[in-house]
Amino acid sequence: MNPMTDTTPENPLPDTKPEPAAVRRGSVVAYWWDRVGIFLVLLILIALMAALAPNFLSVDNAINVARSVSINAILAAGLTVVILTAGIDLSVGSILAVAGVGSVLLAVDGVPTPLALLGGILIGAVAGALNGAFVAWLALPAFIVTLGSMTYLRGLAYSLLDGQPLVASDLGFRGIGNGSVAGIPQPVIVMVVVYAIFWFLLERTRFGRHVYAVGGNMEAARLAGINVKRVLLSAYMLAGAAAGVAGLIFSARVLSAQPTAGQGYELDAIAAVVLGGTSLAGGRGRILGTLVGAVIIGVLSNGLILLDVPFFYQLIIKGVVIIIAIALDSLKRFSRAGT
Amino acid sequence: MSESTAPLLEVEGISKRFGATLALSNVSFDVRAGEVHALMGENGAGKSTLMKIISGNYQPDTGSIRISGSPVTMASPRDAMAAGVAIIHQELNTIPEMTVAENLATGNEPLRFGMLDRRTMVAQAREKLARVGADIDPNRPIGQLSVGMQQMVEIARAVAENAKVLVLDEPTAALSRTESQQLFELIRSMRSRGMGLVYISHRMEEVWELADRVTVFRDGQLIGTRDMRADGPEQVGPGDIVKMMVGRDIDDLYVRNAHQSGDVRLAVRDLTGPGDIGPVSFDVRGGQVVGMVGLIGAGRTEVARLIYGADRRTGGAVTLDGEPLDVHSPIDGIKAGVGLLPESRKDQALFLDLSVKDNIGMSTLRDHSSAGVVRSGSLLTAVRGVMDQLKVRSNALKLESRALSGGNQQKLVLGRLLLQKPKLLILDEPTRGVDIGAKSEIYRLINEIAGTGAAVLVISSDLPEALGISDELLVMRNGRIVATLDARHADEERVMQHATGVYDDGATTTETAGTAR
Repeated sequence: MNPMTDTTPENPLPDTKPEPAAVRRGSVVAYWWDRVGIFLVLLILIALMAALAPNFLSVDNAINVARSVSINAILAAGLTVVILTAGIDLSVGSILAVAGVGSVLLAVDGVPTPLALLGGILIGAVAGALNGAFVAWLALPAFIVTLGSMTYLRGLAYSLLDGQPLVASDLGFRGIGNGSVAGIPQPVIVMVVVYAIFWFLLERTRFGRHVYAVGGNMEAARLAGINVKRVLLSAYMLAGAAAGVAGLIFSARVLSAQPTAGQGYELDAIAAVVLGGTSLAGGRGRILGTLVGAVIIGVLSNGLILLDVPFFYQLIIKGVVIIIAIALDSLKRFSRAGT
Repeated sequence: MSESTAPLLEVEGISKRFGATLALSNVSFDVRAGEVHALMGENGAGKSTLMKIISGNYQPDTGSIRISGSPVTMASPRDAMAAGVAIIHQELNTIPEMTVAENLATGNEPLRFGMLDRRTMVAQAREKLARVGADIDPNRPIGQLSVGMQQMVEIARAVAENAKVLVLDEPTAALSRTESQQLFELIRSMRSRGMGLVYISHRMEEVWELADRVTVFRDGQLIGTRDMRADGPEQVGPGDIVKMMVGRDIDDLYVRNAHQSGDVRLAVRDLTGPGDIGPVSFDVRGGQVVGMVGLIGAGRTEVARLIYGADRRTGGAVTLDGEPLDVHSPIDGIKAGVGLLPESRKDQALFLDLSVKDNIGMSTLRDHSSAGVVRSGSLLTAVRGVMDQLKVRSNALKLESRALSGGNQQKLVLGRLLLQKPKLLILDEPTRGVDIGAKSEIYRLINEIAGTGAAVLVISSDLPEALGISDELLVMRNGRIVATLDARHADEERVMQHATGVYDDGATTTETAGTAR
């Protein structure tokens, strides 16, 4: 028998008071919803699309969806960390652009490919760290700080290129946008690696626990001896680095440096995070949920295209899905609060 | 009060089941006009479920509710209000940015030509406040008022809406002594006007002071109702009530520290902080439990936070084991061997979304990780060990801390501190909002920790507790220590006289066992 469930008779006092059963029942539902609810939504969506669109269920289309999901999923991975700290980062789309442009410029200038790639990620990390510094040390609201950096970084991307896209058809790292290994597109491999790293960070490291603690109760985290500022800085830096990686893939995919790259991507990324069950209030959520959230958005877009749904209706459907997801999140919170 | 009239509120045979748990089992209870009826019981005993039923938040599975003799159904809080039942919750229900008048008018704003009629609104507010004898400016934002005054405003609103039965859920939890006294005055005056009051509290002395009848709950059962005005053989004492609450005798709730004090570990000299705190000087020895008492706002919490590094000091020197304790953040405090249990469990200590394990381990993850990666086996062993010590069942490991009772939540925070193996442990209101069973556990733990040679400083607003568990008492007033008393020989009255400044001769008093009184 599992020793953990063993209640010894020499412990006659009910140590854990019988909680009001409503809490327990609610938490069972919440527990399973937290873990499998979003997968269920994905499965239902896939079944629906498979029934409606005959060419949906094919290996080619699955690879297609995976490839198209990768950039958003990578942005969303970084954003998950920030949102878990009860923050937000609106600048990830602009960071993607600056990092993408920077890496192409480096490559075009003859910098070796690995260094150009590293440069792009570094640009993202630095831009993110700046966000984090403003949020942590000046205690500015993340929404405003990253709204500002979204704008100045976009301006930077334009100014690096004098406003014109720069075509680089023989880009050294074009493979990570268009290449495949054993039939699996390289951007998908990069995505999997990014998720493995972020999963490890959040689930297995001290930093990960601190992220949840800071997002759940910042004052308690401070009093418990957590370096809250450093956690915040790191979270935004990670979001920036992830956006940098997404920028590399974007540039490689279009074989050019595009100052307009990633415009509006932050919204899809936020949607993926929230769909994946991470609470915008911070402290609750899982990185793998975000991946599923991103895939849901990808499957939805792909399916709607296959079904020849006009673009503007696609937008309406996507918007409604996001609102439903957020409503589910707040319902969960209500059921927890109403004890 | 005539005996023949029907009670204001009667519930009969109420049961309520949640899943497998019977939260209330066949409960009958009534509130008469002109009485204060106290409800007591440990957390989770069924008091809140009953209150949620009579305020229309829950529907009972069986049983009936009658108001002044006629049956009613309360499908919503609005129905309850219409029937004349109002609740003042522990957490205030006010909108801080709005003025007192606006708060009082919410949902029923006076209009003039379709526009808000401010003048009438303020006049109505004055009238409502006057009815409860509250001298509060209706134009002040309510968030600027003390908790006690905000509570008055809420009561004024309930009275204005013609509540006949008013339920007060732990109303003094956040009040100073003066504010509590004002509240008691108001409760008595509402009683004399024929209202029925339900008073939920953990504090025995308040119940003693106010209640006409006491009903005790345990595990969803109504254990009994006692008439507090009865004399002779029917007369009830505090021991009877406690016995009803826990189902057994508690011979000695307080566990007096049994250990010899060793050398001075914490030495505080002329410590000052923002907000006119200090200068304070005192020592805590190893194995000694020092209680810090005083009125709300006397500066006790502030001193604790200055020692821990949670707030910036403006002067003075603190040493721990002779080493200077120069801390600029809680990180420094913990590194130097100081543990702090903060005043507010929910706001300052707990991570409600995280598991019991994460909550206990949070401050000592560094000891259980290599290169930033948590060694989960090693952490688990440590957490299990501390849970045994706390007598918390280990199958609670993965539960969200949100799901635990107040007492068990407090034990988690204590567990986190135990893992830090502090040289100095500062406990700020360690038993606030905690049931009696958990209280005695916490006292036992404090004693145990002192036994390991740690210095323990306990801040408490519960005087019998402070007197019962400490070796020495520091009484604070206006940011300074005004008296150092031997806790074994001090009494509540003496402490209050120092705390309120009856002996205001500007000097610090030291009384030991030998000092005659």
